[in-house]
Amino acid sequence: MSNLPQIQIGNVSKTFSADGREVIALDNINLDIQSGEFICLLGPSGCGKSTLLNAIAGFSAPTSGAITVEEKSVLAPGPDRGMVFQEYALFPWMTVEKNIAFGLEIKKLPKTQIKEKVDVLLNMLNLQDFRERYPKDLSGGMRQRVAIARVLALDSPIMLMDEPFGALDSLTRRNLQDELLRIWTEFKKTIIFVTHSIEESIYLADRIIVMTYRPGKIKKEVAVTMPRQRDPSSVEFNELKKELSMLVMEEQSRSNQAEIKASTAD
Amino acid sequence: MKVSFLAKVFEKLEGFLVPIAILGVWQYLSSQGIVNPQILPAPTAVVAKWWEYLLPSEAFDATKSDYLAWLFSGEMIHDAYATLYRVVVGFFIGGILALPLGLMMGANDRVYRLFNPLIQIFRPIPPIAFIPLSILWFGLGNPPAIFLIVLGAFFPILMNTIAGVRHVDSIYIRAARSLGASQTTMFLRVMLPAATPYILAGARIGVGTAFIVVIVSEMIAVNNGLGYRILEAREFFWSDKIIAGMFTIGLIGLAIDTGMNRLNNYLLKWHRGMESK
Repeated sequence: MSNLPQIQIGNVSKTFSADGREVIALDNINLDIQSGEFICLLGPSGCGKSTLLNAIAGFSAPTSGAITVEEKSVLAPGPDRGMVFQEYALFPWMTVEKNIAFGLEIKKLPKTQIKEKVDVLLNMLNLQDFRERYPKDLSGGMRQRVAIARVLALDSPIMLMDEPFGALDSLTRRNLQDELLRIWTEFKKTIIFVTHSIEESIYLADRIIVMTYRPGKIKKEVAVTMPRQRDPSSVEFNELKKELSMLVMEEQSRSNQAEIKASTAD
Repeated sequence: MKVSFLAKVFEKLEGFLVPIAILGVWQYLSSQGIVNPQILPAPTAVVAKWWEYLLPSEAFDATKSDYLAWLFSGEMIHDAYATLYRVVVGFFIGGILALPLGLMMGANDRVYRLFNPLIQIFRPIPPIAFIPLSILWFGLGNPPAIFLIVLGAFFPILMNTIAGVRHVDSIYIRAARSLGASQTTMFLRVMLPAATPYILAGARIGVGTAFIVVIVSEMIAVNNGLGYRILEAREFFWSDKIIAGMFTIGLIGLAIDTGMNRLNNYLLKWHRGMESK
């Protein structure tokens, strides 16, 4: 393998019309991501971070520009870029075991191999007692574990995560963040993680991409060099938090003003 | 402990209070001759008639038939069988036609646009309105009756299947696509199961409609079945037999609905809000 970035995002823009007005969701985004990096896309809602993630996932093509993964253009979603959604998106009619096995059955792996793999993942994510349960009987944290296991089963080199822990309580959240870091270290995945939590991004990322509210641009890239396990009460952590808060709050207030303007316009 | 147990028993029995009161008044009115028994026979007379209708008409004769065949040789059993046969056959034909069409219409906009206008024209026509045509086309006997039942079951299943497929949450489709699902896998393992709550609700309405239609069609096209029997009883002024037949129709309707409900609960054990029932 060459030293080319695993994911290349070149001059990507995305516009769509809402209520008859053009909205520029992404404006000329350029970003290179190396294999094994943990990237957080940070910004207030409406800044285009999920749009960018969906474009990388292949759910919606950019209006202009190109996204390549391992030198191939992204044209459609695929199992090389596993996706974890905030709403879990588990199939409610399948048991935990079946949900995790689904991607492997699509790949037409032999039954014994599927079972072996599912067993390993169930153990790794502490789900072994929930094998036969349906998603409706699981807590939010447990559901997200299953969703992560379902993506890990695919052995995809890249994991895309769209505010995956946004709906969880803070204790469960911290717990899953630690597990995600453990998995990331163990499997050497590339992770692109969308969040609006500043603290979460500092805790997790190698590199934080702060995005602007409409049009969505990259406001600043911040490399986080603190060694892990990072301590949220440390001085360094809090200084970075202060810096990022300033950046994000600027965008948040622009978003608020735009909202006021939109609601008073009619 | 003992008090709460008794309280529970009373709670269960409360549901019987109103029916028992009505039966009491009814019995009183009939036995006192306040109402004409030909118009409204006493509950006791109805029960006696129902029992008679249920039991075999001839005494058991070992030389003619075995015991089980004799036991089920009563008129009511034959009628109930004939009625259920029509419901089951009509419902299954209706379902087998409606399900694939509904799945295709729900999944494919082109197919939807092709078939929807035709369906919207036919859907509001009550199956009963097809009686004259069905007799012209199929004559008398089971065929016209089953044709009407097929119509009755077809539309609710079709409409719900279309709605079910169209309302599949896009998040499941996105998740399945990113897991690499092909079109076939998407359809069979994502869209179809996601639509089952709707489809089963449609089947439940469909079987209910089929049961209504079967009684009406039996009053017109055939000479057995529960619907035929209560109409026949009217010609002889057997009001006790009419009510006994109605009671049987009600029991079978209840049994069908309970069965469908059980099937629902079994197939949808994964579904949220299912256990609370």
